[in-house]
Amino acid sequence: MTYIPISPNERDAMLNTVGVKSLDDLFDAIPQKHRFPELDLPPALTEMEAAALLNDMATTNENVREHLISFLGAGAYNHYIPAVVDHMLRRGEFYSAYTPYQPEISQGTLQAIFEYQSLMTNLTGMDVSNASHYDGATATAEAVNLAFAQFRGKRKKIVMSPTVHPQYREVVRTYSQGMGLEEAGDDATADLEVGPEALMSLVDESTMLVVVQYPDFFGRIHDYTKLIEDAHAKGALVCVVANPTALLMLKTPADMGADIVVGEAQPFGIPLWYGGPYLGFFTTKKSYVHKMAGRLIGETVDNRGQRAYVLTLTSREQHIKRERATSNICSNQGLLALASAVYMSTLGKTGLQQVANLCYQKAHYAASELSKIDGFGLCFTEPFFHEFVLCCPKPASEVNDYLLDHGILGGYDLGNDYPALKNHILMAFTEMNSKQEIDTLIEVLKEME
Amino acid sequence: MATTSTPLSASIVEPTIFELSSPGRLGVTMPASDVPETALPPKNLLRSELPLPELAEVDVVRHYMRLSKFNYSVDDGFYPLGSCTMKYNPKINEDTCRLPGFLYTHPLQPIKTVQGNLVLMFDLQEWLKEISGFAGMTLQPAAGAHGEFTGVLMMAAYHKSRGDSKRTKMLIPDAAHGTNPASAGMLGMSVVTIPSDARGNVDLKALATACDDTVVGMMLTNPNTLGMFDENIEEVIKMVKDCGGLMYGDGANLNALLGIVRPGDLGFDVMHFNLHKTFAVPHGGGGPGSGPVGVSDRLLDFLPSPLVGIVEGGDDDIPPLYGFVTPKQSIGRMKAFHGHFGGGLVRTYTYISMHGPDGLKAISQFAVLNANYLQARLRSTYKIPYDRICMHEFVAEGSFEGSDVRALDIAKRLMDYNFHPPTNYFPLIVHEALMIEPTETENKDTLDRFADALIKIAEEAKSQPELLHDAPHITPFGRMDEVKAARELVLCCWLPENYETMK
Repeated sequence: MTYIPISPNERDAMLNTVGVKSLDDLFDAIPQKHRFPELDLPPALTEMEAAALLNDMATTNENVREHLISFLGAGAYNHYIPAVVDHMLRRGEFYSAYTPYQPEISQGTLQAIFEYQSLMTNLTGMDVSNASHYDGATATAEAVNLAFAQFRGKRKKIVMSPTVHPQYREVVRTYSQGMGLEEAGDDATADLEVGPEALMSLVDESTMLVVVQYPDFFGRIHDYTKLIEDAHAKGALVCVVANPTALLMLKTPADMGADIVVGEAQPFGIPLWYGGPYLGFFTTKKSYVHKMAGRLIGETVDNRGQRAYVLTLTSREQHIKRERATSNICSNQGLLALASAVYMSTLGKTGLQQVANLCYQKAHYAASELSKIDGFGLCFTEPFFHEFVLCCPKPASEVNDYLLDHGILGGYDLGNDYPALKNHILMAFTEMNSKQEIDTLIEVLKEME
Repeated sequence: MATTSTPLSASIVEPTIFELSSPGRLGVTMPASDVPETALPPKNLLRSELPLPELAEVDVVRHYMRLSKFNYSVDDGFYPLGSCTMKYNPKINEDTCRLPGFLYTHPLQPIKTVQGNLVLMFDLQEWLKEISGFAGMTLQPAAGAHGEFTGVLMMAAYHKSRGDSKRTKMLIPDAAHGTNPASAGMLGMSVVTIPSDARGNVDLKALATACDDTVVGMMLTNPNTLGMFDENIEEVIKMVKDCGGLMYGDGANLNALLGIVRPGDLGFDVMHFNLHKTFAVPHGGGGPGSGPVGVSDRLLDFLPSPLVGIVEGGDDDIPPLYGFVTPKQSIGRMKAFHGHFGGGLVRTYTYISMHGPDGLKAISQFAVLNANYLQARLRSTYKIPYDRICMHEFVAEGSFEGSDVRALDIAKRLMDYNFHPPTNYFPLIVHEALMIEPTETENKDTLDRFADALIKIAEEAKSQPELLHDAPHITPFGRMDEVKAARELVLCCWLPENYETMK
């Protein structure tokens, strides 16, 4: 298959205009001994053959719509996506356009992302949102960069709760390895039952940022108001890593006083897709806008007096500031920001509230039924949203294997990350889980030996 | 920060999704709950209001359809944006990446339930290694800049593992993309800018002066952003390596090199790909991209974790079991989960499988032919400061003696001829730069029409310069007041103030 629309005659005419005899003559600058390597790759397929090959590979997987009942979340959630979302994403006008550097012919992308920014600020209660980061984990790492820039490197300590997603904590560690930071709190062996205020014992005058998750990795809903107030008293900023579905129902991090609210917006209209691409959202207070990484879209007018949108405050970014930029981010998740905006618009206030309520109701029904089974119970007593920790009578890995034999994708094995939680599974529920699915889970677990 | 927005004029301007909202209007709704009801959490844990739009499905569709028509895209026409490789995105890739088996697999599923995904990732690692000549490959980085950061982290980790702690300098040519110095800056390295010589190559004298035992390495885009393949590439790499540095290749311009030369064979130690450039993953109005990184033997142990590997060997009857492996001295995890699987990796796998070795080589041959053809057609009208056989792109000067017309004016005027402008004002080393990358997916007629338009615009610059200063004229929007945007910082909108009582 080729996508090159040039005939042999046209090719020859063009070579003649250039003044060379053959295509290969265009490459004289390449060192001869390395020129034109024979690539050991499979021979080219036609479109029909490639479609069949990819279909074979895809059907080798067991997926959560056709094969498995899924209660797996832990940072990626199986939500319903209205048909409209993909129909809009498939518009070539959106997906085959570049970053809107030429605003006169990019108002579609610019207005859509401006609206995305607006939806995220209204959701989180914060003042400003950027145009996206790669995912929730890298958005969290960028919050560390913001704090580092805010204190101009004079404060070098971050305090990160052990109940922030383990992979997010890993990414923060990777990102910050050249910054000479002191990291505290990121300890999977810490007491996991204590409330968030316990983190304050680690916060001092050298702390630049406190990072907590909402609901936390175990699904618990904490009101961080007191923690944030105390951290502010020490001069530190606080970043809340939030689940956007939960924010549809719960008190906003802005109401708790958060300085930065980030998270993973995959639940808003983005398929599981084996982990990506997803959508990191990043919102903050207006006082930090100049330290924020990523693209920003602002409203203006054109020379005909029409309201319009442009990329703004670009002097923060790498293509202007080079090595003095806060971040090197260039490509972001533009198309997926559009997906989440279409998702939020299509469901609207009412549909979104229904989604949040269904997640909450299904999880609480499951929790109540699961705790009635001998040997099983809820690990924590705090209020939760749509995930909770199930304590099992044997190792989580064995329970999950047993469930998989019955066509059920169990929850996340917390023993992977927390040595004290070997018998504990993080279970997630969404509007996609019917009562019948939950009852099947209960029945199967009741029969486990 | 201003809270009022500019009133809508009586023009084509589309209201925002918030302005279109009407209290009580319903879009897609959810089924009623089928489980016994549980009371909500205590009120102090709940939000008091949810100020989001309310629209019907048809409102939403028409809104986004109207917005889409304000965009210019590759599907609309020629998009010769230098260093961005805006090639046609094959439609089959849009279908394969949405196969249910890919869409609906969870990143934390047990590996035995997702062998299809893992085989695809394993094969793609192998293919990209073969195409680039590297020993190892990570698919995790989310974009080119993310891949750069990954590479620079590995370079730092390599020196650190050898106890070589005084290396703090990154050498970067003056033609480099801004992401290169920004990536080095994220690790606190100091950037030493290396000038280009008169033929657009790295200035060897300046390089020799900069090479010492404090050098982490060099980040080189080759072909560079002038579209020039460095004629002394082997000497450049040797000089960097002789002083103990590592050689980073910015793969932004790899579309010129498929089946032409493998960066690993030339001696590069690490290179990121931009799957959204070279392998036709659509740019999505800014992303998502995908930025796998290849490394030479000496950086293998530092790759991010996890990689896809064979965790149980197979035999004649049983295929091997694919899973995840962690390199010994890994720099760690670059993002949650496994990279841009659906959007980046599946599309790229589809694309490479349809090209094979000869098809890939043809991509680069014709990308280079198209660029040289345009350069030849424009040479007598526009100054080409580095004028020799170019690779996949070239840079022209967008100014004329005795005229106040600038590159920006030419770029905007091209919109009136229904073309997307080239990249302008980059690279920084060319005065009034117009950086033109046609890609291989344009035919001769399109290239001729584009060259004709640029030649006509050069005439207009002399005869009617105001036509260019005020351009574009026929687009739905004119030039923007960027100062107002930055001064007033209206970065979001809300539901109207009287929303609940309106309508």
